[in-house]
Amino acid sequence: MTITELSPGLTLILGSVLIPLLRGRLRSAYMVLLPLLGLVHLSLLSTGEFGVLHFVGQELVTLRVDRWSMVFGWIFMIATLISAIYALHLRSPLQATAGFAYAGSAIGAVFAGDLMTLFVFWELTAVTSVLLVWAGGGLSAYRAGMRYLIVQIASGMLLFFGALVQLNATGSISFEHIGLDAPGGWLIFAAFGIKCAFPFLHNWLQDAYPEASEVGTVFLSAFTTKLAVYALARGFAGEDLLIPIGAAMAAFPIFYAVIENDLRRVLAYSLNNQLGFMVVGIGIGTELSLNGTAAHAFSHILYKALLFMSMGAVLYRVGTVKGSELGGLYKSMPLTAIFCIIGAASISGFPLFSGFVSKSMILSATGMEAYMVTWAILLFASAGVFHHSGIKIPYFAFFAHDSGKRCQEAPANMLIAMGIAAFLCIAIGVMPGPLYALLPYPVEYVPYTSSHVLAQLQLLMFSALAFSVLMWTRIYPPELRSVNLDFDWFYRVPLVRVTQRTGAALRATLGAGGRGVSAALGGLVLRLEAQRGPSGLLAKSWPTGSMALWVMVMLLAYLLFYYVG
Amino acid sequence: MNHPAGHTPAEPKRWLDHAQNVRKIYYSVWIVCGLLLLAELFIDKHGDVEIEHWFGFHGFYGLIACVALVLAAKLLRRALIRPEDYYDNH
Repeated sequence: MTITELSPGLTLILGSVLIPLLRGRLRSAYMVLLPLLGLVHLSLLSTGEFGVLHFVGQELVTLRVDRWSMVFGWIFMIATLISAIYALHLRSPLQATAGFAYAGSAIGAVFAGDLMTLFVFWELTAVTSVLLVWAGGGLSAYRAGMRYLIVQIASGMLLFFGALVQLNATGSISFEHIGLDAPGGWLIFAAFGIKCAFPFLHNWLQDAYPEASEVGTVFLSAFTTKLAVYALARGFAGEDLLIPIGAAMAAFPIFYAVIENDLRRVLAYSLNNQLGFMVVGIGIGTELSLNGTAAHAFSHILYKALLFMSMGAVLYRVGTVKGSELGGLYKSMPLTAIFCIIGAASISGFPLFSGFVSKSMILSATGMEAYMVTWAILLFASAGVFHHSGIKIPYFAFFAHDSGKRCQEAPANMLIAMGIAAFLCIAIGVMPGPLYALLPYPVEYVPYTSSHVLAQLQLLMFSALAFSVLMWTRIYPPELRSVNLDFDWFYRVPLVRVTQRTGAALRATLGAGGRGVSAALGGLVLRLEAQRGPSGLLAKSWPTGSMALWVMVMLLAYLLFYYVG
Repeated sequence: MNHPAGHTPAEPKRWLDHAQNVRKIYYSVWIVCGLLLLAELFIDKHGDVEIEHWFGFHGFYGLIACVALVLAAKLLRRALIRPEDYYDNH
């Protein structure tokens, strides 16, 4: 097998093993060279299916190269390079090793040609990335990491079970367009939806990302959710249900972003909002909208990493990213402030910055296909994202009321990483041609017309006016030390209590009348046997499937009880 | 990690530290918005949607959207706000 038949994900995963063995400058050089090698590896690939393995009668395609996998492969590898440079100041090799293995898993998943290979890499992203959350340190990061892991593993289980249902019905595990009506379609849709932070399945994102280390969040922001966007685009393009889901994702998180005090959590909410644009693009399913989704994922990874890097630098130097504690940092960290503003301008879609040339493709496709309500919601979300990410983040961190905090500028490696990301944000905005050439379908879209530039500038400047007036008149809600309840409250408070009480009640009953319980359990076992036996309901069509399901349920229950207990 | 103390007394004042300069920025946002509306007299706005052709549509939409967003978020916060250590105690 030559290197062109090997997944570029494996380059990073196998390469990550060496990181803990190296020290000092040698390790730093290796961490920069490895993703560069990955970029070379990508450039050597040719279209087609390679690295086919045979496993229990099925063909596993470990390397499928086409325009969809390549555009995500490129941006994932670039994000790996930037994140690696951002991590160079760390003495301990743990985060870099986990980060490379995580990035490699995401790239491996993108190049997977079948659902089993996808599943393996899907779960690998979960177990490698949780180390980055735990690297945040402390009990709250540990607990957030456990919640994160449970949700991610559950997503993988749904994917696995969906794949088995598809295998049972069609005899194939290949990963092509699936659709909701296909066998296992809903299971796979839910698996992708969890990782893509659909409404009510989203809280793991806002919960875990702000708890991760400053380096960890940069890695995390690039891969997991965009892997889900890629998977949705491949499996569910043109699925109408995705349009309202995406619109809800674009709109609701911005209300939370306005009142959230932890600036990295604000960024997590706006990440969720940006995913909404991509999901709408997938739902519309035209060549323009799908191109828009791929282009927006590409530019989004860069500006989101840039914003998280700037806040990570603040966290590293000041020790907090709470809006209520910050302000006036432009005096101490002027370069970080400039990079943050470039990221902010990009996410807001200012002309000459990357968001402008990618987000507008999705908006345009929405308007052209006459989804008027969705179009209006996305336009609202565009104004809103400028408001909370474009203005609020740089304003409260670097300007606003001078907190009196003085610190050093960010370390050189962080500045270099931010500089590369900032350069790419501007380069894509000024010269979108090379990005458009990478997209899955031919591009006829022209972003720079006088009408479009004027419309966007009006939208953004009047949003800035709204912010200025509300600040001037002191109507704008101040940053307060607080948490705001979100959907995760349901499983962090009532669910935990119910489980604890059930456990206590169970123990009490067992002490008092153990026989009654064992009789009841015996009855349950008998009923299960009736369903699972050779002629039972669950065993009728897919014995391996039901077996796998129960193993998954048990594993999930174990994790849940481990967490709650 | 640095945990710096307060101001150094000798630190020179920056341009933004003067209130009149902040006021300049505030009024210049108004002026830029006015100019962007004026520009519409000279640029033919065409969009994918009919209402995009209305005079100043994007500007007014952005203004109203953001004011509504902030006011709604303020109301939302009244219901959702909890002390920082809420989840540690529940």
